[in-house]
Parts: sequence; structure tokens; C-alpha cells
Amino acid sequence: MLQGPVIILTSFAYLGLLFAIAFYADKRADAGRPVIANAYVYSLSLAVYATAWTFYGSVGRAASDGVGFLPIYIGPTLMIALWWLVMRKILRISKQNRITSLADFVASRYGKSALIGGLVTVIAVIGILPYISLQLKAISSSYSILVQYPQITMPAAAAGTSIASDTAFWIALILAAFTIAFGTRHLDAAEHHQGMVAAIAFESLVKLLAFLAVGVFVTFGLYHGFGDLFARAAAEPKLAAMLTPLEGVAGGYASWVWLTILSMMAIMFLPRQFQVTVIENLDERHLNKAIWLFPLYMLAINVFVLPIAFGGLLHFPDGAVDADTFVLTLPMAEKQEALALLVFIGGLSAATGMVIVETIALSTMVCNDLVMPVLLRLRALRLNERADLTGLLLGIRRGAIVLILLLGYLYFKLAGEAYALVSIGLISFAAVAQFAPVVLGGIFWKGATRRGAAAGLVAGFAVWFYTLLLPALARSGWLPAGILEHGPWGIGLLRPLELFGLAGLDQITHAMIWSMLANIGAYVGVSLLASPGAEEARQASVFVDVFRQNPDTRGARFWRGTASVPDLYNMLARFLGAAGADASFRDHAAIKGRQWPRDALEADAELVHHVEVQLAGAIGAASARIMIASVVKEEALSIEEVREILDEASQVVVYSHRLEQKSRELEAATAELRQANERLTELDRLKDDFVSTITHELRTPLTSIRAFTQILLENPQVELEQRRKFLGIITKETERLTRLINQVLDLSKIESGKAEWHESAVDMREVVADTVTGMSQVFEEREIKVDTSVPERLKPVKADVDRMIQVMLNLLSNAAKFCEPGRGRIEIAVSEHGGGLRIDVRDNGPGIDPDDQKVIFDKFRQVGDTLTAKPHGSGLGLHISRQIVEHFGGRMWVESAPGQGACFSFTLPT
Amino acid sequence: MKILIADDEPHIVTALEFLLVASGYEVDVARNGDEALAQIRSGRPDLVLLDVMMPARSGYDVCQEVRATPELARTKIVMLSAKGGQGDMGRGMAAGADLYITKPFSNRELLDRIRQLLAS
Repeated sequence: MLQGPVIILTSFAYLGLLFAIAFYADKRADAGRPVIANAYVYSLSLAVYATAWTFYGSVGRAASDGVGFLPIYIGPTLMIALWWLVMRKILRISKQNRITSLADFVASRYGKSALIGGLVTVIAVIGILPYISLQLKAISSSYSILVQYPQITMPAAAAGTSIASDTAFWIALILAAFTIAFGTRHLDAAEHHQGMVAAIAFESLVKLLAFLAVGVFVTFGLYHGFGDLFARAAAEPKLAAMLTPLEGVAGGYASWVWLTILSMMAIMFLPRQFQVTVIENLDERHLNKAIWLFPLYMLAINVFVLPIAFGGLLHFPDGAVDADTFVLTLPMAEKQEALALLVFIGGLSAATGMVIVETIALSTMVCNDLVMPVLLRLRALRLNERADLTGLLLGIRRGAIVLILLLGYLYFKLAGEAYALVSIGLISFAAVAQFAPVVLGGIFWKGATRRGAAAGLVAGFAVWFYTLLLPALARSGWLPAGILEHGPWGIGLLRPLELFGLAGLDQITHAMIWSMLANIGAYVGVSLLASPGAEEARQASVFVDVFRQNPDTRGARFWRGTASVPDLYNMLARFLGAAGADASFRDHAAIKGRQWPRDALEADAELVHHVEVQLAGAIGAASARIMIASVVKEEALSIEEVREILDEASQVVVYSHRLEQKSRELEAATAELRQANERLTELDRLKDDFVSTITHELRTPLTSIRAFTQILLENPQVELEQRRKFLGIITKETERLTRLINQVLDLSKIESGKAEWHESAVDMREVVADTVTGMSQVFEEREIKVDTSVPERLKPVKADVDRMIQVMLNLLSNAAKFCEPGRGRIEIAVSEHGGGLRIDVRDNGPGIDPDDQKVIFDKFRQVGDTLTAKPHGSGLGLHISRQIVEHFGGRMWVESAPGQGACFSFTLPT
Repeated sequence: MKILIADDEPHIVTALEFLLVASGYEVDVARNGDEALAQIRSGRPDLVLLDVMMPARSGYDVCQEVRATPELARTKIVMLSAKGGQGDMGRGMAAGADLYITKPFSNRELLDRIRQLLAS
């Protein structure tokens, strides 16, 4: 079954299927219902990172380095964790500025410089050529092997064959045609290729499936699971060595570190990765899912690498079969024809995915950032007169695609045999890593200048070329091999593989160290030499501050000049067509609340900016800049003016922050005031209550006094006995009144802090004795028994002796009041308690209700027997007593149960 | 004519009792709101001298209760209070008192007003 025509037919059928998918997706995109607008398709499209290198080469690497194949996949997984910080910013910037490619991004950042754009494009193209050739090699080799089934022979070296009979050549042409059909059917203002994205998402699935299929076959079909496989591998001494991570990689630690770093750079800066991650992204939120879906994919596709490698080594022990081909040759050896065909398609899938996306991305860069700026400058006058440039743009891109693929083939012919697949790929990784400083620096450091970026790029690229590309060419015989041995012109220090004597590292690590040193050194050094120009400063702010800006007014501020609306419209139409220009002007009018073309639009800074951004979406920022400049008479803003605008803006921000702060403080103060007001209202109410109660308490005795006085005055006939009684009442009530007034005054003085306190060392024993003596008459009248238990020696307390007497009198008179006459008993006890004194006054009266106990110390609260007509006091006594005790640092409380008397206690510190 | 004195202040009760008896009225005494209500219901005095600030039940409550009882409609109620605010007087009248007198009062005036009320 596995014969040439069958394989070729299957391949074309598969490519046809891909095309159909892309076509359908494009149709849906045009209808406004994109198929690819979900996070899963987005994440799958990112898996274009796994190319034929992953498919074939990782097994090859694992077979020689064991676990050492892993860093290339650990890198992206690590990098994705950082994406939240870096990639989100890049995404936002790119969306806002309608960035069309990696070169466009860098060019735009450094002042919309065509020079930078061109540099990046050149580096990208040259750097990716080895990678493309790798894919071509993979397809042609796998075809050669498969077509010789059932024999398993390695393909002959390609160098000897003529071009016309070289399968790789035809593959390159077919791929070119395919890519043109995929990516250049029309010009999209935002450089979206939705059909392409759908197709490569599908391809990611196919290659994963194929790899898993062969993995399962080897692990569970040929052997009995992971355990069995690894046990057998451990039994072979050569293989056992590969199971240890550090042994497996040449150069140990350093290699692992640099390889991981390299692949972290690659996942960001490979043109195809930038294309699918940033340019083709439809929704920033898709990034969130991708952050864990993509590592999952990486894991899935790497799970079976080591098992297949070991399986192959065990199966083909004599090294006649190239480890890169194990995924294919193992099924072939076991006569699994269908599986082998599936694997071939899987590899084809991986390779074509890479080629299509990479080439489209590169061709866009070549067109927008290399060719167009040159054309516009050279034949500026003529181009302005041409009504429709879309044809020209498409033509340039198609030409670029063919050229890039042919160059890829050329590299394959010249230098492809020198290395295994993996090493070829790493050379490309190292090339795109040169973009890392200018991009990462560009989005975080406003001080980076265009010259600095150019210097960094040139230096890094030069070192890369010298340490990686040159040796590849030398090894393939296109340069004298002596260069590697003795350095150019015999200068040993300049040996490409051991620059300045740095030996003992593998080639990639060595190249990375020197190129990064040169790149970053030149970038930072030259940037620091001079300040950024007006345009650069403007763009730097746009990029670095992207999260802090209002997108509507961002770029427009920096423009001053005159333009006419018809000119702008015509120019836009030249690149986007009349329909595109109409749509764009309509959008702009809508933002301003008007209708186009009914209402007139002003040719103000905002319109010009809008048109420029739209244009940049089609032809890149640098070219757009040139076109706008030709149409609009612009006054260049000096760097001072730009700084002024920026300063103003930052001042406004600071001012508004201060305003915000002030208003918050104001709110807090208002809340405080409201609280204080509430408290005052409450106090006011309490005061009113107090006044009302006092009034009542004062008026009551006054009523008796007045009434009886009048009675006596008007009734002279009243008997002596009664007269005496009434006069007695008058006297008592007068006393009561006086007492009340005194207490109120006393309380008022205590509470306002104006009372006079005469502190001295008070002997409570004396106080108790004095008060008992003072009350003796009352006790006699009521026949109350009084017991005192006071220790002989008492520590003196710091208090006011008069006040203490006042308190004791209060407690004792209360106790006396509530004792039943004849059966009353009062106990006074003084004891030492917790560093102070404790005094208890216990009576055997009726006791106090628990509810009353809670309020008994409050002002004007009296509890008493309402059924017997006993006169009560003012209600202030206990309150004042407690205030006094608390003033001297003590506590007062009551313990009682109804029917069991009451015990009032207080403590005083000594 | 029977008059009920409802007040918890004993001295005031004594004074009022003397005055009323000297004027020829029959006098009953209640010391708190509940007692007052009970004696109004059972004794059916013609007039009640009702203190406002009493324990158990305030004068207002007693007044409202009496007014809510149709059989007691003829009972005259004179509120006595040491509270003299406008609001208090209004509250008293709203509760259904016929008269609101603040303490301290003039003996003469009190007796005159009582006589007027009982005559109508």
C-alpha cells in the first residue's frame, strides 16, 4: 500500500482538506461569525510552535541526550507564566496601534523608524531560513524513507542530486503555492488571516494525534508499558546514562539554562509565534485560557518522546537508523502501514503548519517594513498618483513568499546536511532571541532610543552570524574549514566556536553568551549616550504607558498641522479600497457622534491619527507615517513641546490624584462630623431628660411646702398636734429640697471636672467608725443592729476623706432605709483585695430585683417599696457615690437576690 | 361628693387630704396607678386628682383607661404634675383629662377649679 503515488495522493488530499477548512473559516469571518473566536482554537493555534522538529527531532535528541531534549519545552511553559505580565502588554499595544508584524512592532516603538523595521525583517528572514530548511528536510526525508517500504534505508545525502530531481525543491514550490493561496487572497486591514488560523489549529490536533498514536503503539504495543520500557533501557549501560538529566546534555548546567532561556525567547519572538499570539488574537481574554492550555499541549506531545527514543534504540541497536526517524521507522519495521502513513501525515502537518505561518509572517514584514518604505521613498511621486495600491502590495507579498521558500531550499542544499534537525532549529532560535532586548526593553524602558535599538540588533546579529551561521557554512564546505580551527586570518582569539578563548561550551551556549552580551551592551550603551527624539519619546510613552491611557485621545495630542478631508479619504481608499475607507470614516464619525458622509468631518488631529492607524494596519507603521506626511502639512513638534505636553498630562494626573485624596478626606471628615452631631443630639436629649427630671424632683417638695404653708396661713384653727405635724413636713421637705439641690450641684461639679478633691492617705477604719457613729441615731430609732469587721491594721488609701464619708453615709442610709424596723441588720466588712481595699455593706432588707440592679446606679433611679409610704431620696446618691469611687480608681457594684437582702461593695486601690 | 387622690408622694397626699376634707368632700387615697384604677372602678368617685408620675402605671395610662370605659364617662379627671412643659400638658389633655394643673399649685385655685368641675 505504501507506494509513491498513494503517499502523494494522501498528502494532497490532506492539504486539500486544510484548504477547505481555511476557506470555510474565511467565509465565516467575512460574514462576521468567526469560527476561531474561542480560546481553544487560539490555544491550539499557538501549538504551531511544535514543528517537524518536535515531531521527528525531539526523539532524535532524546536518543542521544536522554532527558536533555526537555529544556526546549520547559522554556515555553515557564515563559507562559510570565505572559500575564509581558504578553498582555504587547497585545494591548499591538491592538491599539494596529501592529501588523514583529518588525512593525519594533519599528513603531522606536519612532516609527523604517530603518529598524528593515533591520528586524532582514534578521528575521536570514535567521528563519535554517528553520524552514529543516521543515523541507523533514518532509523530503520522511517521504524518501516511507516510499522505500518495506525496506528501511536512510535517505542519501542531498548534496549530490540535481535540483530538478530533488524532492525538497518540489516540496518548496508546492508549499509556496499553498501559502500564497492561504495568505494572500486579499488584503486585510488588520492583517487577520482567520482561515489560516483555523487550518493550523486543525493541524495541531492532527500532529498531536499522530504522535500520540505512535507513542501508544511503541509503549503498549511493542513493549508492555512505561515500566517495562524503562526497565529494559536501564539494563543497557549506554541507555541508562541518558536517564540522568545533567549527564545527558553536553555542557551540563549551562546548557540547560541557556536552552531554556532560548526557547523562552523563541515562544515570543519567532515571527510565526508573534503572528498567532498577537496579530491573530481576536480577544485579549483568550490569553487567560491559553496560559494553561498551551502547557497542557506541550506535556501531551512530549509524554511519549523518551519511550519512543528508547524503543527505537532498543529496536535498532546498531545505529544504522537515524534517531530522528524513529517515529516513522518503528511502525514501518512492525509492518504497521496505516500507522506509518498517519505518522507521515502528522509530520507533514507539523511542517506545513510552520512553513505557512512563518512564511506569511515573514512576507508581511518584507512587504510592509522592507520593500514598501524603500519604494515609497524612491518613487514617492509616482506612487502617490496610483489610485489603487492593493495589487502592488499583494504582488510584493507573493513574491516574498516564493523567494523565502526558495532561499530556504537553498540553505537546505548548501548547509542542511551538516547538522541534525535539532541543532538547525536552535540556530534559528538564537537569531530571534536577538529581538528580546529591543522588545522587552522597549515596553518597559522609556529611555531606549532608536539608535540604541539599531546598535543592539546589528551587534547581536553580527555575533550570531559569526558564531553560528558561519560554522554551518564552513562545515558544509562553503567556507574554508581552517576558519574554525585557527580563526580568520589565523587569529586564534577570533575562532568562531571559541571566541576570545571561551571554550568548553556547546556551540549554542557559546553563541548566546556572546551575542546577548554584544546586543544588550550596544543597546543600553548607545541608548544612554543620547536622549530620545520627539517622535521616539512620543512612541515610548504610547508603548510603556499603554495601561494607563485613555485610548481615544492618546495619540492625537501630539499632532499639529493642516490637512484636508478629501485628501485623507483618497489616500486611505488607495490602500483599503473605497469600501474600506468608507467604513473607516464612518467609524470615526460615530465616535464623534456624527454621520458620515452626511455630516462634515473636520480634518483635525484625531481624524489624521485615525487614518494613520488604519493605514498602518495595511502597510505598517513606518510606511503609514510616510504616506500621512505626504498628504498632510505637518508642523513638527519639537522635543520640548512634546515634553511639555507630557508634563502637562502628568501634572493633570497628579492633580486629579490630589483631588481624589482631598475628596476622600472630606468624606471622612463629613462622616466624623455627622457622628459628632449625632452624639451631640443624643447628649442634648439626655440633658433635656435630666433637666426635666430635676425640675420634677425640685417641684415635688416645693408643692408640699407651698400647700402646707398656705394651709397653716389660712386655717388658724388647726390643732396644735396637726400644726406641729405640718410644720415638720415643711421642714423635712425643705431639707429634702436642699439636699437635692446640693447633690445636683455636687454631681454637676464632679462630672464637669470642677469638683475639688482633697487627696490624702485615708484610713478606712476611721471612716467606717465615724460614719457608724454619725448614723447611730437613725440606727437606734429603727432598732437596726450594726456589725463591723475591720482589720486592725489597714493600708491607707489615696482618697478624699470627706468624700469617703459621703459614700459610706450614702450606703449606710440606703441600707437603713430598707431594713425592716426592729429586725434590721447591717454588716460592714473591710478587707484587702487585689492590691487594694474592699468594703462591703450588707443589709437584710427585701433585696433588689435583677432588673433594678442594672439601673440602680443610674441618675434618678430609685427602687423602693411602693406600697409603703416611705419617703425616698433624690435618686442621685448612689450615682454620686459611684462617681466618687471611680474617680479614685475603684469600682462599685451590688450583689443581691430578691428576699435575701443586698450587699453594696466597692474597691479602692491603695 | 367623693374625690379620689392618686399620688405616690405621701406629703402631698396629706396636704390634699386636709384641704379636701376641710372643704367637705369624701376622700379616698390611692398610692399608685393600679390602685387608682381599681378604686375608680369600685368606688366610683366623682372626681380624681391624678398624679402623672406614679409607679406601676402612669397617670396618662390611667386617664386613657378611664376614658375608654363608657361607665366611667362622668368621672372628672384633674391631672397634677410637676412636669410643666407644653408637651406634657397637651399629652394630658389628649389622654382625656378635664384639667391639667402643675405643681406647686395654689390651694385656693385648686379648690375653686374642683368646685367648678363638680358643678358642671
